[in-house]
Amino acid sequence: MTVANIQISETPLVLYLLRRADDALILGHRLSEWCGHAPMLEEDMALANMGLDLLGQARELYSYAAKIEANGNDEDKFAYLREVGQYRNLLLVEQPNGDFARTMVRQFFYAAFADLYWRAMMRSRDASLAAIAAKSEKESAYHLRHSSEWIVRLGDGTAESHARAQGAIDDLWAFTGEMFWLDDRERALVDAGIAIDAASLRAPWLKTITNVVSEATLTLPTNNWMQQGGRSGQHSEHLGHLLSELQSMQRTFPGATW
Amino acid sequence: MVTATLSDADLRQRAWEIAARVVDPEIPVLTIADLGVLREVAVRDGRVEVAITPTYSGCPAMDMIALEIDLALEREGFLHPKIRTVLSPAWTTDWISEDGRRKLREYGIAPPLAASSRRALFGVQQVACPQCGSANTELLSEFGSTSCKALWRCKSCREPFDYFKCH
Repeated sequence: MTVANIQISETPLVLYLLRRADDALILGHRLSEWCGHAPMLEEDMALANMGLDLLGQARELYSYAAKIEANGNDEDKFAYLREVGQYRNLLLVEQPNGDFARTMVRQFFYAAFADLYWRAMMRSRDASLAAIAAKSEKESAYHLRHSSEWIVRLGDGTAESHARAQGAIDDLWAFTGEMFWLDDRERALVDAGIAIDAASLRAPWLKTITNVVSEATLTLPTNNWMQQGGRSGQHSEHLGHLLSELQSMQRTFPGATW
Repeated sequence: MVTATLSDADLRQRAWEIAARVVDPEIPVLTIADLGVLREVAVRDGRVEVAITPTYSGCPAMDMIALEIDLALEREGFLHPKIRTVLSPAWTTDWISEDGRRKLREYGIAPPLAASSRRALFGVQQVACPQCGSANTELLSEFGSTSCKALWRCKSCREPFDYFKCH
């Protein structure tokens, strides 16, 4: 059985909202994959809690996008009835969990960005975005503190934990540039005072990252070649596998409800 | 409708009192009024509109709370109430009433400390044990049984307890 993918009128604001919502949904889903598998009970709760925060952020953003688009879509349709190429999230957040160090490095790179991003977004001229940001920035702040502590503990821990954390930093580094990328459509929203100029957050992000990484006795790569594509729907192979699990119920039993 | 003789102001007051008695499903000693989750009750053309605000973005209790309000109002004769969620201004732990803080403590949950701010978010050093009152406590886990709580332990009475995070 096949279920048709939804059609979306991607106005600049709808696209902008979907990009942020998809980041939160996909990273939240990745964190939920740890449920029952984390190295200790406290971390199992922490990862599930953070996943829940991200899912909540995604729901608010999708609902707002649906309202703006006014095309019969809703939060569930956005999540369950789009195929890989219609997703607009960062490549970083769809990368597999790997080991605990890799999950923490991915979380750290994203949370350090999200913390700055939502805080800046609180000043958006769009009242709904500002309100969503006001909730999200407190959550991001917790996520950043949590992952920062782990980066230090892993980097400044044993030879094994150090090597794993460093390996994750080296591998994921090329996906960080995309966070600061914006296209003309997003630029127009920035000029209108609605969106945040992600590019302007690169310097403060780098400062946060550098401080924690050096305290952790780890190093940042000097190679600054960056991979991008997620924002326009060109994803790594991992997203399709993730979506097949995330969407399996709605694809198998269309319209199923609890 | 309930009765034609009541004014909108009376209806609003009655509807508020009914909605205000709904409790948080995760912390059943607290009402949504204690928590500050209940924001506004209005009566428009005889129909009640209730505005609630989430504590955390992903708080799974919100759907349950909306359903409970709906049922409570329907039981008292307010038919088809409209429940909507408002995000602005964003909820903070400062909105938990004094009464709510006392109830939390009696229930075994340490209430949020200082006024909410980024500093408070990161600056919590000493949380008093809600069981024995000792200040000799330690953080076990930044994330607890629900989004809004952290897990602490008292080093005096050795009891673990939840701390309602400052937010």
